[in-house]
Amino acid sequence: MISLENISKIFHKGKENELSALKNISLKIDKGEFVTLVGANGSGKTTLLNIIGGAEKPSSGSVRINGEDITRIPEHKRSKWIARVFQNPNNGTAPDLTILDNFRLAALRTRRKSLKIGADKVFKREVISRIAGLGMGLENKINQSMGNLSGGQRQALTLLMSVMDNTDILLLDEPTAALDPKSARVVLNLADTFNKEMGITVILITHSLKDAQQYGGRLIQLQEGKIARDINTESKLQLSLADISEWFG
Amino acid sequence: MSQFYLAALQLSLCLGPMAMGIYITMKVFNIPDITTDGSYTLGAAVAATLLMHHWSPLAVLPVCMLAGAIAGICTALVHTKLKIDALLAGILVMTGLYSINLIILGRSNIPLINLPVLFNAFTFFENELYNQLFIAVLIVGILSFLLRYLLRTDFGIAMRAAGNNPMMTRSLGVNNDVIKIIGLAIANALTALSGFLVSQYQGFTDINMGIGIVITGLGSVLIADSLRAWMNITNIGLQIAMVLVGSFLFQMVLAFTLAMGVDPNFLKLFTALFVLLIVALPRAGRILKRA
Repeated sequence: MISLENISKIFHKGKENELSALKNISLKIDKGEFVTLVGANGSGKTTLLNIIGGAEKPSSGSVRINGEDITRIPEHKRSKWIARVFQNPNNGTAPDLTILDNFRLAALRTRRKSLKIGADKVFKREVISRIAGLGMGLENKINQSMGNLSGGQRQALTLLMSVMDNTDILLLDEPTAALDPKSARVVLNLADTFNKEMGITVILITHSLKDAQQYGGRLIQLQEGKIARDINTESKLQLSLADISEWFG
Repeated sequence: MSQFYLAALQLSLCLGPMAMGIYITMKVFNIPDITTDGSYTLGAAVAATLLMHHWSPLAVLPVCMLAGAIAGICTALVHTKLKIDALLAGILVMTGLYSINLIILGRSNIPLINLPVLFNAFTFFENELYNQLFIAVLIVGILSFLLRYLLRTDFGIAMRAAGNNPMMTRSLGVNNDVIKIIGLAIANALTALSGFLVSQYQGFTDINMGIGIVITGLGSVLIADSLRAWMNITNIGLQIAMVLVGSFLFQMVLAFTLAMGVDPNFLKLFTALFVLLIVALPRAGRILKRA
């Protein structure tokens, strides 16, 4: 599904503050995998996700999705396959638009935004039923501005929005870093459900070792721009929280 | 006296499309676009030249809107493709437009007396003043309806979101550059239309008629914004209506000032101070509350 070949990323090349964020990384991720990425600050996790999502271009190497070379395809065109949830809950939603409008736009991620009014009654009903599934009591607030909601509510809705349209790959960059523990659980459980029930490939970056141990199948640790450990689902089941903590010792 | 206020109403309707244009750039896109001064005169200049060549005012209308749209596209291209600050891009295009307008006009002022007038194109009322007013209301009404419709469509949601959170729209498959180009084209087409309408209203086109006009549009939108916040309006149709109300209140204040006998030379200074007042009042209120 996703295949990275010899990816390197150098920031500020040739300048005094030159930084090699990724060093010749090759990685294959199969369809339906739930990959958790861990690593210290500056290990290259977010850069790796940005290169898959298209927000950054690699300095060298290639990115393929389903065999198609997408290295040079801009971010807004990769949305055909990829949905993203950012660390800051404010990044994934438009605060001055209503919840309904936010969902409408998300539902058109892979399609044209045409000159017809698409947020009709049928669509409204679908959004209400999906939001009701969260159990956060937001289903009767769909005409309110997104900006009125809490960070946890916005992040849960962002995640829900990401599967409004056909999604193959879901990129989650520390989606729960700014949330309280309860909202964090809602968000990660939702991602887990999408992975298991809809077969969506999920890549999750997290700093919480507990979440890393609890969520996802494959576990990858990045260190100074290289893959330090790549542990498959079976071996990961044997790992305890203490084992993972030790990697960072 | 009532005629005096009717005149202010007529002028505010003529300036309404421009205020709607500023609403698009400032409130929808969050871009300070001051191509306005140039595209406003451009609309009036193109119209004057075509009318001199015996075009009918109805045929002139779409052409001057197209001219304004091209001006907006120029600003948007400079801003998005060359990554130049929107404010500077607007200033550059506006400055260039001054020469272009002068070339189109051929001289600095063209009187439009004895030429057909848009406001007399149809007769709905015997009274000429009411008839003019009605046609102005009709034009502005149709435009507000179209703008309201546009902003509620899927494309319109993408427009509003692009101004509100560009990072989100990029990840949702929206090409923010294209959206900005289309948005600035619409905004400046509306502005050019206002230039045309005002030249029809006053009976001449002047090369300097656009100087400082952006502040009138800004003032209208700022008044609308205060009204929106005060009445807690989220409905888009009502927001556009508020912009038109803002345009009317703005013209009323200016008309009232002149009626009080203020020297017309001070009018621009007074306009600037009035806009300053609108912007400063809410803040002053907050400071006073704290004290």
